Amino acid sequence: MRRAAPLLPISLTAFVVLFAFGCTPDSSPGAAPPERAIVNKGSDTMVNLALAWAEAYQQVEPAVDVSVTGGGSGTGIAALINGTVDLANASRQIKPEEIEEARGNGIEPVEIVVARDAIAVIVHRDNPVDHLTLEQLSVIYSGAINNWAEVGGADRTIVRLSRETNSGTHVYFLEEVLRLGDPDNRTLFATDTLLLPSSEGIAAEIAYNENAIGYDGLGYVTDDMKVIAVGQDAAGPFFLPSVETVNRGVYPIARDLYIYSPGEPSSQARDYLAWILGPLGQELVASLGFVPLEPTS
Amino acid sequence: MSPALRERLVAVAVRVAGVSTIAFILVIFFFLIQQGLPALVEVPLSDLLARRWYPIEGVFGLLPLVLGSLLVTLGATVIAVPLGLLTAVYIAEVAPRPVREVLKPFIEVLAGLPSVMLGFLGIVALAPELYHRLNLSTGLTAFTGALLLGWIAIPTIVSVAEDALDAVPRAYRDGALALGANHWQTIWRVTLPAARGGVLTAVMLGIGRAFGETMAVMMVTGNAAVMPLGLGSLFQPVRTMTATIAAEMGEVAGGSLHYHVLFLVGILLFLISLAVNLVGASVVFRARTRAERILS
Repeated sequence: MRRAAPLLPISLTAFVVLFAFGCTPDSSPGAAPPERAIVNKGSDTMVNLALAWAEAYQQVEPAVDVSVTGGGSGTGIAALINGTVDLANASRQIKPEEIEEARGNGIEPVEIVVARDAIAVIVHRDNPVDHLTLEQLSVIYSGAINNWAEVGGADRTIVRLSRETNSGTHVYFLEEVLRLGDPDNRTLFATDTLLLPSSEGIAAEIAYNENAIGYDGLGYVTDDMKVIAVGQDAAGPFFLPSVETVNRGVYPIARDLYIYSPGEPSSQARDYLAWILGPLGQELVASLGFVPLEPTS
Repeated sequence: MSPALRERLVAVAVRVAGVSTIAFILVIFFFLIQQGLPALVEVPLSDLLARRWYPIEGVFGLLPLVLGSLLVTLGATVIAVPLGLLTAVYIAEVAPRPVREVLKPFIEVLAGLPSVMLGFLGIVALAPELYHRLNLSTGLTAFTGALLLGWIAIPTIVSVAEDALDAVPRAYRDGALALGANHWQTIWRVTLPAARGGVLTAVMLGIGRAFGETMAVMMVTGNAAVMPLGLGSLFQPVRTMTATIAAEMGEVAGGSLHYHVLFLVGILLFLISLAVNLVGASVVFRARTRAERILS
């Protein structure tokens, strides 16, 4: 319960006030949510997708209102633990300690994979480099090499761009690329890695800077940047991120996107999830640059 | 309502307003202390003085952030203070009346520009321009931030300094001119020193504005927490304290170590601006006593 109150008590009075404030909304996690409203919150990577789903579902089921907010995967899962959402979006899997915390509040998180996302590695459109291995990406981002010539490019300094540390994409890239998926690897981003607060910031820098290398969700790639083909090792093969390569499981930097429900979803949330997993929902996944799940029909 | 009663009511209202302002500041201060001090207990001092900031792995070296803020603010000060003061002198002392009547409100409008707009301009125009012109490895540097912050601070400096110059009695200038001083000598030797208090306030406000600015800085300095050592780092990315708080506070778990350290960064910001203001106030105070001595 302490987690629900963001402030340490200043005095007993303040504590009582905060405690009451922090607990009122989730005092009845088992109770049915207000009729015909689905509260959906979480991952910023998924927020545009979630909004598109909510909007399109309005046409299908006008009586059901889905309210969507972002804030990040961590924020969504925290809300799930506190029982203040019906569905939490997350671009990473829920951590064991978060499951424990939820159980402590009498909530059993249910996981549903709703789409896939690939992280594209991008460079300036005039950069001659067109493919890199995971290993090369790891040494570039950890600062072990600093010149494009060392990976077959021009004699230019490498300027590393990354999302801010609070982004799920940052953590995913750190674990899967810098540390090559090895949980014992403690490699960090080079200190001079530029941490940009938005996808737009990365796109703007890639657009003019021939030294830059960046990464972002496939949905954020535009025509004025060059996408790098990525391979497991130097022998290849190298793959560009696409719906096809991600679903075949050959593009190495791809992940699942999740929706978590606190316990079994209510009937209206269940209908909504079924619609998301159906052809209409998955069509929207594709149109927003994410990767739809294998066709179900 | 009797006049005496009205008098008492007004007095009470004024007192409540005054006391509540102080109370708000105290509450903010205590809140900062209460949320930030645990960090000093939980994180060893040697870790806080380390040269690396990577909070999601529990690495909390504050030095790069503090130095980053100081470097960007210093750059902005060097740009904004001379330009701002010269502009103020021009508007108050040199410009003909019609020009002045256009310039003054125009600059005050500039002071109200949202910094996020300037930050956006910085990303799409200033950074690429600096990258090409100065042949930098990236346009997102401390210098880019300093330029933008200078731009943000100049209207504040101009507006306040101009008011101070304007308040210098006409007789001072007439006296100087009558003694045979030319226009420039009058400005430099008489008007500016007489307005010294207000001019210093203008400089302090300008520096404060630059130091506390968040959005524009976060957008154009690249936010890489490197140690800025030497002048060369002016053309490297830096991470400021304000940008760190803004970028990380939204996602941090309440009550966690990272959360307390961010409040500690807030305390540092508070203390540094307090120090700048105290230094400014003491200089103003000294200037005033000297002026009084001369006049007596």
